[in-house]
Amino acid sequence: MADNLFTVEIITPDRIFYHGEATMIEFNTVEGEIGVFKDHIPLTTVLAPGIVTITEQEGAKKAAVHAGFAEILGDKVTLLAEVAEWPDEIDLERARRAEDRARERLEKKDANLDVVRAELALKKALVRQDILA
Amino acid sequence: MASMRDIKRRKTSISSTQQITKAMKLVSTVKLQKAKNRAEETTPYFNYMYQTVCSMLAKAGQVNHPYLTRNDSERKAVIVITSNRGLAGGYNSNVVRLITGSDISVEQASIYTVGRKGQEALARKGYEMTADYSDVIEAPVYEDAVAMCQDVLQAYAAGEVGEIYLAYTHFKNTVSHEPKLLKLLPVEVNGEDVAEQDKNLLMNFEPNEEEALDLIIPKYITSLIYGALVEAVASENGARMQAMDSATSNAEDMINDLSLKYNRARQGSITQELTEIIAGAEAIS
Repeated sequence: MADNLFTVEIITPDRIFYHGEATMIEFNTVEGEIGVFKDHIPLTTVLAPGIVTITEQEGAKKAAVHAGFAEILGDKVTLLAEVAEWPDEIDLERARRAEDRARERLEKKDANLDVVRAELALKKALVRQDILA
Repeated sequence: MASMRDIKRRKTSISSTQQITKAMKLVSTVKLQKAKNRAEETTPYFNYMYQTVCSMLAKAGQVNHPYLTRNDSERKAVIVITSNRGLAGGYNSNVVRLITGSDISVEQASIYTVGRKGQEALARKGYEMTADYSDVIEAPVYEDAVAMCQDVLQAYAAGEVGEIYLAYTHFKNTVSHEPKLLKLLPVEVNGEDVAEQDKNLLMNFEPNEEEALDLIIPKYITSLIYGALVEAVASENGARMQAMDSATSNAEDMINDLSLKYNRARQGSITQELTEIIAGAEAIS
């Protein structure tokens, strides 16, 4: 088992969110979900709001990550995330309220509505609820 | 020679000033501790971001991207980070001097300020003030940097400015802070900062290089702005701590000096009184 481990780092502006060894990491990019094993080809990709699943030897860990990018090298994966949270840090009530707000804004179809931003907010709220479900 | 009462009054006033500077020093020491921790927590993100962008650009080679090439505008946007409060020694004036001393002329510059002190000083010198974000310096969060980054990038994309600079105080350690002027856009990378093994690695981008640059460069700039904000707060408190420390010890020196003068004056008046009494007694006998 030990030879298929690689280093995973998740760094946010406030802290080093995660640092450890994993056998697999899955996350969501703007192009779709990808899963990475050891010796992946070098790849830089942009993250989309989603759930990151880190499969360690002892089991899987999940976290919500919104926006940022990932650099994948053969033996090291680095996620530079603007926001990252463990499930126990998420406030479910707040996420629900954020979802309602975002939906409301999208439905109103206001002329000066920033659609991209509202959609992003909605996605974030949904990811937060997904990970707790 | 000043009278005893004058000296005493002066001494009292200095010692109350000393109490204030001492209290301010204590406050900024505590704030410095907090700000320093935050600056240290941000550093890995900041460094990694810089490394990644450097290696990306080194590998991307000559991609013709608006963020990498100059546009025609002569104007230069400068984000200036200072503090809202003074009494921090040379902290604010050093940053201001950095800009007045640079080759960015008064006419070309459009200034985005964080911190009222810098804003006031530059406005007096006739620089054009485009925007002010002085509120964020009290407690900078990442979202503040995102908002600022959006504003300057919009101006850049619209062709209003051709270059973007960032002026802030780099926090080396508790006692040493260095004002710095950084060029944000167009992105210039120092080739030496790219690790040797990185150069030979063939990196793939998803989506393609240009789109990836489109998305990553704003994040890179945001992280630079955020890092600068956090470091500036730490530097401000460090500078204030030093300034207040030397003010307190200067007050101490002055009090010692005045105590000596006061005692001399007191002794002098006693001696004079005695001489007068003795002279008077001799005259009677």
